[in-house]
Amino acid sequence: MVHADTAWVMISAALVLLMTPGLAFFYGGMVRVKSVLNMLMMSFVTIAVVTVLWVLYGYSFAFGGSDSRLFGGLDNFGLHGVSGGADLSFAAFQLMFAIITPALISGALADRARFGAWVAFVVIWTTVVYFPVANWVFDFGYDGDAGDGAGFLVHWGVQDFAGGTAVHVNAGAAALAVCLVLGRRVGWRQDPMRPHNVPFVLLGAALLWFGWFGFNAGSALAANGTAATAFVNTQAATAAAVCGWLVVERVRDGKPTTLGAASGAVAGLVAITPACAFVSPVGSLVIGALAGALCALAVGMKWRFGFDDSLDVVGIHLVGGAFGSIALGFLSLTGGLFYDGRDAELLGKQTVAVLAVAAYSFGLALIIALVIDRLVGFRLDEEDEVAGIDLAEHAETGYELHTAAGGGVRTGAGAAVAAPAKTPEGSVSA
Amino acid sequence: MRLVTAVIKPHKWDSVRAALEAFGVTGMTVTEASGYGRQKGHTEVYRGAEYDIALVPKVRVELVVEDADADDIVDVIVKSAQTGKIGDGKVWVSAVDTVVRVRTGEKDDAAL
Repeated sequence: MVHADTAWVMISAALVLLMTPGLAFFYGGMVRVKSVLNMLMMSFVTIAVVTVLWVLYGYSFAFGGSDSRLFGGLDNFGLHGVSGGADLSFAAFQLMFAIITPALISGALADRARFGAWVAFVVIWTTVVYFPVANWVFDFGYDGDAGDGAGFLVHWGVQDFAGGTAVHVNAGAAALAVCLVLGRRVGWRQDPMRPHNVPFVLLGAALLWFGWFGFNAGSALAANGTAATAFVNTQAATAAAVCGWLVVERVRDGKPTTLGAASGAVAGLVAITPACAFVSPVGSLVIGALAGALCALAVGMKWRFGFDDSLDVVGIHLVGGAFGSIALGFLSLTGGLFYDGRDAELLGKQTVAVLAVAAYSFGLALIIALVIDRLVGFRLDEEDEVAGIDLAEHAETGYELHTAAGGGVRTGAGAAVAAPAKTPEGSVSA
Repeated sequence: MRLVTAVIKPHKWDSVRAALEAFGVTGMTVTEASGYGRQKGHTEVYRGAEYDIALVPKVRVELVVEDADADDIVDVIVKSAQTGKIGDGKVWVSAVDTVVRVRTGEKDDAAL
């Protein structure tokens, strides 16, 4: 790896890190005033917790050397033996993927997940689901040619450039499982649960879009033509997806919305993630436009089936990720049905990969969430949920909206002593 | 003394204030309020889900005035707040027993 490649991978890692706070604002704007801090915190704490796991054992579980095709290894605990620009920058880059994947799940849990239970879920799910799945998809083996030691999906020939399965299908399937365990929010379907700050949502989507260039183009792990291809295709698909989503809204609802534009951008980014280095720019436009329209329709599923996927993690990440991965079976320049001898082999492999990751993630997430719920309780008390999770779980409120309510008296440690100073023993001041 | 209360469209607040000042009113209390009348609420759509928003934002203006001025002030408010469309609001007048200026302790008409 030349120095330019190392530089690009480190810059990309920083770009991908920025996506998680971006996601926090994307989600945070969509909840009501009483839950905004908890929504931001679920993402932000994931940065902290997963980084610690990654250094201790996460990198090793995902990419440590072993002949296993399902799991990394035990050789690189504490990043022991990981040295040099290429390996360390790769470890940093992949860490950011391990952070954002569980953070994506939090969108399904708005307003009602106890914070400690969420942290426990992140620790366990990332350990037993994300790290192995990252190995399946992102570990190219000892020689980097998908041969010996590579993950079983990449070894088998599945195309997933930047994590359509490992990140988006994975997070979307887990989100469905956890929101089923938690149940619906109090007042779901009855109360208007409007986004409290649509500008936040657009700002978050813009940060995601910006960071996604690191996610997709950075996955080339080199400053080369593949990276540039991924870059251009990412932009093309995302733009087309915004158009696709807005057209659906204009036809179905009458007005194109800001929330729809932001959601369409994310849907396009998700769908192009597995495909960005394997398709043509026009293929990217097709994937984007279809993903935008498809996800705009898919977010209605929760109303039909009655599950409270609060911020549409399933409708956007599971559906968009699965669509992009399977679309490669048609549109991939190497092996796609439309390009390569009308051979459906790749289409079959892509479909199996989506199903394998979705089933593994959904099943384990369901078990983990049920166990946490049984042992410590995952769901917030109803009274606290109605009053607001920010106050119940963090003892804070996001905004001071009324000056008359801004007062209060400081109590507890550090409070000013209001009583007269103590006088020497026996004498009492007048 | 009379209490004049007006609930008006928020974007008419500036012209109401200007008209009242031109009339000679020196102070008033203004509150952001919400409510609905015949206008009812409106519909908002988020990711395809329609919400019926019952309450419409309004501004509530309150002035305590001398008996003789009340009718004129109501006129001023109605003229300056009117758009002719549904949802323009209401003005009403009620009797006030006592007024005290907090700073000086002056009472009633002297406190206005």
